[in-house]
Amino acid sequence: MARVVVMGAGVSGHTAATFAKHWLGKEHEVVVVTPNSNWNWIPSNIWVGVGEMTKEDVVFPLAPVYEKAGIIYKQAKAVSIHPEGKEGSDKPFITIEYTGQGKEGQTEEVTYDYLINATGPKLNFDATPGLGNGQGQIGPYTVSVCTADHAVHANNELRKIFEKAKAGQKQKILIGTGHGMCTCQGAAFEYIFNIEFEARRAGVRDNLEIKWISNEQFLGDFGIGGLHIKRGGYAASSKIFAESLFVERGVDWIVGAAVKKVEEGKVHYELLDGSEGTEEFDFAMLIPPFSGVGLKAYDKAGEDITDKLFAPNGFMKVDANYTPKPYEEWKASDWPRTYQNPDYKNIFAVGIAFAPPHPISKPAKSPNGTPITPAPPRTGMPSGIIGKAVAHSVVDLIKHGPNAKLHEASMAEMGAACVASAGKSLTKGTAAALTVYPVVPDYDKYPGIGRDLDYTFGEIGLAGHWIKHILHYMFIYKAKLKPGWTLIPE
Amino acid sequence: MASVDHSIEKHVKPYEPSFETMVPTPLVKFLRTCILWQIIRFIVINIKMILVVSKSH
Repeated sequence: MARVVVMGAGVSGHTAATFAKHWLGKEHEVVVVTPNSNWNWIPSNIWVGVGEMTKEDVVFPLAPVYEKAGIIYKQAKAVSIHPEGKEGSDKPFITIEYTGQGKEGQTEEVTYDYLINATGPKLNFDATPGLGNGQGQIGPYTVSVCTADHAVHANNELRKIFEKAKAGQKQKILIGTGHGMCTCQGAAFEYIFNIEFEARRAGVRDNLEIKWISNEQFLGDFGIGGLHIKRGGYAASSKIFAESLFVERGVDWIVGAAVKKVEEGKVHYELLDGSEGTEEFDFAMLIPPFSGVGLKAYDKAGEDITDKLFAPNGFMKVDANYTPKPYEEWKASDWPRTYQNPDYKNIFAVGIAFAPPHPISKPAKSPNGTPITPAPPRTGMPSGIIGKAVAHSVVDLIKHGPNAKLHEASMAEMGAACVASAGKSLTKGTAAALTVYPVVPDYDKYPGIGRDLDYTFGEIGLAGHWIKHILHYMFIYKAKLKPGWTLIPE
Repeated sequence: MASVDHSIEKHVKPYEPSFETMVPTPLVKFLRTCILWQIIRFIVINIKMILVVSKSH
């Protein structure tokens, strides 16, 4: 009997664990280690953040789902990886520290035959002074929609702003990224337009100034270097469509900005030209930068080998080409295909946990040397596809031996469908429905724009909102492993 | 056409970034939430997404 241990139960980890168990059956064990008791459909957090959904609408308890699936569930955080075992045993293991199940604080060693790292990101609020509280959590001056609890808090604060606006007070709302190296601009984009939509519905829009601040070099970059869409006989840049929406909704913007410091009611930022500025706010939601969760690794003798398994940013090394090279020399082939660690073949990393070879957007620095570049997104559909491909590889390795061919899921060869909400209403809501193929542009295959125009498209409208709403229910249905769940694509 | 909605154009200011992009016309705005048109778009978008999804698995 083999044991597969999955660290993390987000989109990629949950997908990997559930498919691995589904394909392996009762003969083998699948263990999930996650500090969380709930699964969260993160794309809907923005609706919690404007009060259109409750926390209960976007989360569900993991324990009964894993019990039904026959998956061993340990509510604990992974602390360290020991891929060579320890003195007296060659069996690889991880150490965990419980955060629930009545064993809070207890530690345990969990041996594995195959390990899938799906730990996701650490929300690194403290990377920007004032954005964090100095203890790893969000600070007192801004809000976040990165977790369901954050989103509940964000909505509570937003209601206070709406009340003041209703009373005739002018209020300033600032939404965007809280550091020069953030990703997830899409979530901030959804949140700013949902706030704008809700403000109009509440009749307070005239008393709100709403402003965007982000580390993108241009609006519509989204951390994927932008995209082109066929429209009216032209291949038009996402910059035009994004700017169009901002102008239409009366939302001003600052781009190419690294937020350097947050104070009560004020952010300090630096622009790509080296100039500095401040922006005041009454309500701000700034996405934090991500880093690895801080896992350590040790060899058989107990020596620290964290640098061998992980990149300096804390994400796990896989089969990517990490050779540093200038943007002009980046290739689609730099991106990983199997997500297998090069040194330990029974370790894989999926979703945000794998170290990308480099950003997707062109790197940029201010004259003062401040990097201002979106980090590459590894969430949503690609994250699910990668989780499933790795589960398939691990299952084949167990069933057919170490020479089994690994399954591949390169982000430079897969597309992604994305629906970005711009307002939630069954008849008046809108969302930008986008597909992009491939996620990582391949400028050798598609010169100039890097993507296949026949499979890259986007439009905004009510239909997009219907799709996003349906996806909310469909993916929660799938994550709960309800009948037919394997038929729903990632 | 006295009832044409020019509320969007009011956000455009000459020689500012808002002047350098396109803005939707009232017809485009109307179609975005026109139920009949959006039912058609719903079908079209789903087909396009299914093609991309099937190409990516």
